[in-house]
Amino acid sequence: MRSILTVYRKELSDHFSSNKFLILLALIYIAGLSSTYVALQNIREAASSINTNVFLYLFTTGGDVLPAFITFISFFVPIIGIIFGFDAINSEKNSGNLSRLLSQPIYRDSVINGKFLAGITTLTIIITSIVIIISGIGLFAIGVPPNADEILRLIFFIFICVIYGGFWMGLAILFSVIMEKTAASILTAIAIWIFFMFFLPIIANAIANAMAPLPENASIAMQIRNFNIEHAISRISPSTLFTEAIVVLLLPVGGQLYFRPVLQEELSRMILNPLSIGQSMIQVWPQLVAITALAIICFALSYVIFMRQEIRST
Amino acid sequence: MSENNNIIVASKLSKKYNEHLVVDDFNLTIKKGEIFGLLGPNGAGKSTIILMTLGLTEPTSGSITVGGFNSTREALKVKRITGYLPERVGFYDDLSAKNNLSYTAELNNIPYREIPKKIDEALEMVALTKNKNQLVKTFSKGMKQRLGIADVLIKDPQVIIFDEPTEGLDVKVANQILQTILDLNKKKNITFLLSSHQLNLMQRVCPKVGILSKGKLITEGSVESLGRNMLGGGKYRIELELEKVTGVLVEKLKKLDKVLSVTRSGNQLQIMSDKDIRQDISRFIAAEGVLLTRMDMKQDALEEIYLKYFKEE
Repeated sequence: MRSILTVYRKELSDHFSSNKFLILLALIYIAGLSSTYVALQNIREAASSINTNVFLYLFTTGGDVLPAFITFISFFVPIIGIIFGFDAINSEKNSGNLSRLLSQPIYRDSVINGKFLAGITTLTIIITSIVIIISGIGLFAIGVPPNADEILRLIFFIFICVIYGGFWMGLAILFSVIMEKTAASILTAIAIWIFFMFFLPIIANAIANAMAPLPENASIAMQIRNFNIEHAISRISPSTLFTEAIVVLLLPVGGQLYFRPVLQEELSRMILNPLSIGQSMIQVWPQLVAITALAIICFALSYVIFMRQEIRST
Repeated sequence: MSENNNIIVASKLSKKYNEHLVVDDFNLTIKKGEIFGLLGPNGAGKSTIILMTLGLTEPTSGSITVGGFNSTREALKVKRITGYLPERVGFYDDLSAKNNLSYTAELNNIPYREIPKKIDEALEMVALTKNKNQLVKTFSKGMKQRLGIADVLIKDPQVIIFDEPTEGLDVKVANQILQTILDLNKKKNITFLLSSHQLNLMQRVCPKVGILSKGKLITEGSVESLGRNMLGGGKYRIELELEKVTGVLVEKLKKLDKVLSVTRSGNQLQIMSDKDIRQDISRFIAAEGVLLTRMDMKQDALEEIYLKYFKEE
């Protein structure tokens, strides 16, 4: 256990003193503070019809130019995960450190576990710090303190972000175990992220339109079928699962509508009541389990491959 | 721990990668305090044997013990008493020499209060005390190699395994490294297993060597005994060129004290001996009234042994 802690401390110290950490932190803070500014401009209008969970609107309200904080975060969390994982193992191999490190009296898994834990800790610190900063600014600006329900939602939000970042970090570590060159591992991880983030929705839409075309006078049943196909295919992507989870969690009023097709006339007759934290968690439970499982699968794969890899002397 | 004097014992060690046999029925015994050179061309299986010794890769069959601990089943205990310096030693470039060594010390469970003293001692042994707080990225290859030695000394090892210790170093630095090996062996009675193909340098520090080919240990012993067995001669090879060589002269030379063998090729003679007997030979030749046109001596018997074997192969 001490060896894991030793590797963990060293990796953590490396992350905090690295330029990539400072750059990512700066980017996240700039994005977070900009979206908070926009949210503060628009929060009165957004919260005018509903007077519950106003505090959470700081994180979900966007403007015409800048999107909401949750949009930024769904963009940045994978990048942070990839950046802190893509060179975890292959950089050690390339620098000739791995064989020296593993010749010390430590178990081999201490290296990969320590690195993963340090990456997760760094990610947690980055996300938590920006959430606290936004909360502090919001508290000062709108004068409405968060209630227990909102605090719990924000804690779960951080938790889901960390699990989601853990998935991308696990994937990046997997590539760092498999691939010799750090450039190859980062490019592969980023290519997969781009595919899930930008191309899969396009592909899902194309497949849905091919399987359930929508003519001008499409019936409601056809529209629902088209929506369901597109939604089912989109859910292959961890990005979609993450977006669904955080939207439902941070939008207690109406967030659940994100999951299913809602007709205009249906919407006009709806009386929207906020979901309790328990109900929101039940709604996002499948997404959360799926993201957690993906993170575990990626890390377990990299763990097993790393443990079985032949260590060369250089 | 083993009670006898053997510190590394490999028994019927074999390693297959897929169906390719890399190490084949390898047997070796190294005694405490010995400096043993494992020689062989690239791909002979040297590095695989080292990795199996450290428990970093599992043998397909057979076993290897270090200090009585089985390298496969008790790898941590083996690594606790064994220092390993790979061919291309790597350090964290953005950390100072002190911080790199401190990391190694922590991984070796050395109590925190003892770490600064251990680092100072190790750096002093390799003459890097002045560079303690310098970032490793500013170090030359030779300095990194010396830091590598300091790194393995941190854990007070009983055995140090060096993979190509002088590879890529200039002669001066290579000699410094070899001198450090000799000093450590003498002062701390550390056993060394050196793997190299730089035979002339190995010969300086390794009283005993083993020659490895295609995963098999083809011969093992002191350089002198190997020379005698394989070349019919000793450590020194003296080459002569005379104006005229007769069979009688050759027979007389063979009878000279310390001469082990004489080989004739036209007017050229090759004399193998355990000692430098050039003075005796020149006196004898002069007394015989023959004109000596050239006399050279080579002390690279190990290289001869090595080349001879691989030529025959």
